[in-house]
Amino acid sequence: MRRIAVTADVFDAAHETQALQGGRTDVGAVVTFVGYCRDEAGTLTALELEHFPGMAEAELERIAIEAERRWPLLGLSMIHRHGLIRPGEPIVLVATASRHRAAAFAAAEFLMDFMKTDAPFWKREHRDGSAADPRSAEAWVEAKPTDDAAKARW
Amino acid sequence: MKALYFAWVRERIGKGEEQLSPPSHVGTVGELIGWLSGRGDNYAYAFENASTIRAALDRTHARHDAPIAGVREVAFFPPMTGG
Repeated sequence: MRRIAVTADVFDAAHETQALQGGRTDVGAVVTFVGYCRDEAGTLTALELEHFPGMAEAELERIAIEAERRWPLLGLSMIHRHGLIRPGEPIVLVATASRHRAAAFAAAEFLMDFMKTDAPFWKREHRDGSAADPRSAEAWVEAKPTDDAAKARW
Repeated sequence: MKALYFAWVRERIGKGEEQLSPPSHVGTVGELIGWLSGRGDNYAYAFENASTIRAALDRTHARHDAPIAGVREVAFFPPMTGG
């Protein structure tokens, strides 16, 4: 099973995890990662996620196929939201199922590392704009060199 | 060909998409960036640090030395920050 979704809607991580396991008796391990929107000590009011429709889905699928080639996975799910996301809401989910935990853990990290650097999404921060915060009320998030380094280790 | 712009590249240029008809000597992604940069201050601003700009040809990531012959859609955008 391979589930890829790019959606504006909030997703239910527990439901997604259960669906991946699906009552199967050959699955020994499911690893789930959920990335949430932080409020950055109360200064961030929302994240706005822009994406490239069509290419976003295609890139997630390409990354998923590469993970399936590298590890003996019994299933995987990748969900990435777009639009306005409030602190406390989930942004992204990666879940992997395999017979043993090593493959599920490794594949989940691989999927996240590649999703951050290769999937066409861009974050913009919405801040409260108080005088104490010199940054602009809306600012694009800069890509981090550590994300490229995390990808390069694979 | 159709051009798409995303995030601050879109904001700096001032539009999300347009039709382009580059001259025949523009053969690669990098040459297309150079040609676009000469079309106005908004393009020059968007592409001022050309090496940081990412490109996709027909929805596949492409390097700046990739040829654009036969491409229907080119997209330009900043490094990605999803996840």
